[in-house]
Amino acid sequence: MQANAPPIFNRGPSLTTRLAFFFVLSVVLLVADARFRYLEDIRAGVSVVLFPFQEVAALPADLMTRTGDFFVAQATLSRENDQLKRDRILAGADTQRMRALEAENAQLRTLVHATPIPGRSRVVAEILYESRDPFTRKIVIDRGSRNDMQPGLAVVDHRGVLGQVTRVFPFVSEVSMLTDKSQSIPIQNVRSGVRAVTFGLGHDGAVELRFVPASADFQVGDMLVTSGIDGTFPAGLPVAKVVRVEPSSASFARIHCTPLAGVANFTRVVVLGPGAAHPENPIAADPPTAPAPPTP
Amino acid sequence: MNWNALGDNIHGGEILLPVRRTYIALTMLAALLLNLIPLPQWLSSAMPDFVAVIVLYWCVFQGHRVGLWPAWVLGLLMDVADASLFGQHAAAYVLTAYAGIFLHRRIQMFPMSFQIAHVLGIFLGQQAVQLLVRLVATGDAPDMLYFVSSLTGAALWPAVVGMLMLPMRRRQKSDEV
Repeated sequence: MQANAPPIFNRGPSLTTRLAFFFVLSVVLLVADARFRYLEDIRAGVSVVLFPFQEVAALPADLMTRTGDFFVAQATLSRENDQLKRDRILAGADTQRMRALEAENAQLRTLVHATPIPGRSRVVAEILYESRDPFTRKIVIDRGSRNDMQPGLAVVDHRGVLGQVTRVFPFVSEVSMLTDKSQSIPIQNVRSGVRAVTFGLGHDGAVELRFVPASADFQVGDMLVTSGIDGTFPAGLPVAKVVRVEPSSASFARIHCTPLAGVANFTRVVVLGPGAAHPENPIAADPPTAPAPPTP
Repeated sequence: MNWNALGDNIHGGEILLPVRRTYIALTMLAALLLNLIPLPQWLSSAMPDFVAVIVLYWCVFQGHRVGLWPAWVLGLLMDVADASLFGQHAAAYVLTAYAGIFLHRRIQMFPMSFQIAHVLGIFLGQQAVQLLVRLVATGDAPDMLYFVSSLTGAALWPAVVGMLMLPMRRRQKSDEV
């Protein structure tokens, strides 16, 4: 029979041929993914196949945290409860003041005929895992396109900005953290009001400000918040703290910062819904070759 | 008589039972699950790549039955799970599988210390391919701990060989018949 023939007769194409076939196939996928981004649908399909495995693999960690929760001492719980109650009263007071300010702000804006700032929806998501890929800083959360996630949404935790949703699958989404190399966030210095942009460095716990003039007013300990001019992040969210300012001989200063949001410590994040549609960029909207003549 | 199975099942003078395909598939799924377990960042870079280990194991000891395509499929799954480039793990695992099949006679005959040296070389090569792909495609570079995963993977090799071979061992009694 065919199946039982000695291996010398039924080996099919040679090993090197098969290697070449699969290797070329991989390279084609690589190019299609890295250069043209053709494969997002296939990726979403594979992600759906993978989802049950991810759920099962997350079970041990879940079980550990749950048994850990079960054996927490009564004293710890009541202390934590007291702390939370105190925090809530303080936060409640802040919220009331914020509502009053928001109302006042809206009224003032109508007085000067400015467009009102719309509220944003919020979705609480759980961090499934941090990506094992050592080249990037990404986390995967358990909300996907089924939960109205879309690429570009801002992700924060209770301390500050964490990053941005960069890829959405049916059940899960990938979030690029602000420490990822491809991630940059426009910020504003709370003390001096100077605007700049943070860039991720590709490792945890550090971002830097680039293209800041050496004369710009940045000091160690300055708080940086989102400036909101990108239309993605609402203005005023805490992002990072300046830890070192290197006065360089060149015209740009090197400013090192520590992000305030921490992934290692928390398992839940908040995804902020989309803000108002940004007005079209008037420069980009113009045809590049023939600028419109001024109308009389 | 399954000649395929017999040819590969003589190991260190010991004749093993033929392997079931379901057993191979189950061990591969188990390795995939181990890779997907969420871990803190510092630990996950030191963890061995279980899928690479299991792919290499089956290619060394059952190369003609496993072939290259399971390595490729597992690679695609890991690409999506790790949010890396599509095809990055796939290319690396296919090369791992090829090296395993190509060197299988040599690795099988060696004592364990030489086996570990070979396996370490293959894992380092596999990671170097991924590094190269990333450098060319996006210019990303990892931190210093990147290659630790190969060291732990090679350190795991004796345990993997010992454990996976257990269900294929003949019981003493069946030899007398």
